[in-house]
Amino acid sequence: MSAPLVDISSVSHRFGQHTVLKNVSLTIEPGSYTILLGPSGSGKTTLLSILGGFVTPSEGKVLIRGEDCTAVPPAKRPTTTVFQDYALFPHMSVGSNVGFGLRMRGVDGATRAARAREALALVGLATAFDKKPHQLSGGQRQRVALARALVVEPAVLLLDEPLGALDLKLRRQMQDELKAIQKRVGTAFIHVTHDQEEAMALADHCVVMNDGRIEDEGPPERVYARPATRFSATFMGESTLISGTVTEAKSGKITVTTKLGSLSQPGTLPAGSTVALAIRPEHLVLGAAAGAVALGMVKVSDVVFQGSFKRVLGTSTTDPALHFIAKVAAASAVQPGDVVAVSCDAGDIILLADQT
Amino acid sequence: MRALIRLVSGLYAIAIYGFIFLPVVVLVLFSLQATSFPIPPFTGPSLRWYEAVLADTRLTSALVNSLLVAVVSSAVAVTLGFLSAWGFARFALPGSGLMRGLITLPLTVSYLIIGMGLLVLFNWTGVPKSLLAAGIGHVVINLPLCFAIVYSQMGDHQINIERAARDLGAPEWKVLLLITVPIMAPAIFAGFFLSMTFSWDEFVISFLLTRFDTTLPVEIWNLLRSGLNPKTNAVGSLVFAVSIVLVVLFELMLLRRKPA
Repeated sequence: MSAPLVDISSVSHRFGQHTVLKNVSLTIEPGSYTILLGPSGSGKTTLLSILGGFVTPSEGKVLIRGEDCTAVPPAKRPTTTVFQDYALFPHMSVGSNVGFGLRMRGVDGATRAARAREALALVGLATAFDKKPHQLSGGQRQRVALARALVVEPAVLLLDEPLGALDLKLRRQMQDELKAIQKRVGTAFIHVTHDQEEAMALADHCVVMNDGRIEDEGPPERVYARPATRFSATFMGESTLISGTVTEAKSGKITVTTKLGSLSQPGTLPAGSTVALAIRPEHLVLGAAAGAVALGMVKVSDVVFQGSFKRVLGTSTTDPALHFIAKVAAASAVQPGDVVAVSCDAGDIILLADQT
Repeated sequence: MRALIRLVSGLYAIAIYGFIFLPVVVLVLFSLQATSFPIPPFTGPSLRWYEAVLADTRLTSALVNSLLVAVVSSAVAVTLGFLSAWGFARFALPGSGLMRGLITLPLTVSYLIIGMGLLVLFNWTGVPKSLLAAGIGHVVINLPLCFAIVYSQMGDHQINIERAARDLGAPEWKVLLLITVPIMAPAIFAGFFLSMTFSWDEFVISFLLTRFDTTLPVEIWNLLRSGLNPKTNAVGSLVFAVSIVLVVLFELMLLRRKPA
């Protein structure tokens, strides 16, 4: 494998006294779709601004195509950005908006128009060339912003919460289109969002951020199935979290003692470590058809019908502080107030070491 | 009772507007006087005094001077005002609040003080009394106004638009020229036309800072010294008409809003 397209090494950033990025390192492969996922204040947007050149990091380096771009201004680096508010030029036609980057590169008018039309066709807006931005809908403006950023053939396309301003239905639709466009042009996309569904749907590589650090990164399937930390287990999808202590550790097996009893897990943590056991809602089994690991009884507090399934919320009868989130078939007859047995398969338990 | 209130408030409105506009109406009316004195009874209408104004080379050259000073000084004032507004809006400057206060301060200083100050300064530095000196004076009084108008219209939502231009490879001067100026065009034109209005009928500074070539208000004052005649009414009406056009342009620019 050749050198990565983007290499962020040990980047930290402070705004005044406030540290927003703490020693972040990340590599981006050519042609990949990377999602930076995190709550607001996690530093994901700052990291994107550093990649785009709008912010120069306090410490660390950013290499793009092997060149040091840490302090290179936005105009001179091979990245373009799709802004959250689209930032279209309101006084120019859609065609001139899309052609602007080429105009700045000294491309002649005829070539510019031809390439702008191509880019607009790519995003499905071939007919909007002569319109003004204010004549377009939100989703259409979004596409113009995308075409404008792609037409200059950047090495990396940066997207700052690009779907944030759209309504849910449009967001899901644009999400599919974004993925398709990315596959067609083959440009590396780096996309910031706080929407975990968006992240799972789009990412080749998912980077979960919290409090200025990277909590977890990898393919979204892996991040979902085997989250590395308690934070990513709760932020990327929901989980039931059971805290416990390692009471015994030998030859790759540990015994974790919780308020619901002891269970054996593969692992190498030393005895005495505090851990959390995370179980995804779809892996919890309610009722008599018990799985291999019994988790006691749960008192159901709420049942939410969600169309294809029901979401069941409840608390453990042995430890009322322990909240269960389970997903059951839509036809299930569970009612609020029921007390039912809950269990799961040993293989579906995710062992999370507490950070110190 | 209600009818009475409406009657009284109607009369009050008529009184106010009468108070404001009656002098102008009288001025314009007697500029159309056919005889030699602008006093009742009205003998017109006649355009002879307008012909007399246009035949008077001193008045017509003063009119050209006034236009020249108004256009050039307003262009300079709005350019400087725009640049300072952009600087204050886009960069974190030390003592920004204080500096913004200082730049708008001349709005509160009387024209007489500004004119006398400039007179002393020009005397001292050897700048002769001229249209140039008066033009500089007009820049001094109009720059704060242009700054205030442009600054008030320079919103944060344009920051990302400017960033997008930079991101697509535009150097800073192209960002200003191709993005910021066109977006700010309504405010810039509004500042320009309002400055022209003020420069157009400004008297005190022009009076103090010009000598041989002078502006129209100063020339009208010269004319008035030899007593009233309908010619002064005619030239006054012309000045008023131009001011009206400029103010209307200003309002069109500032109040015309495109749907967002």
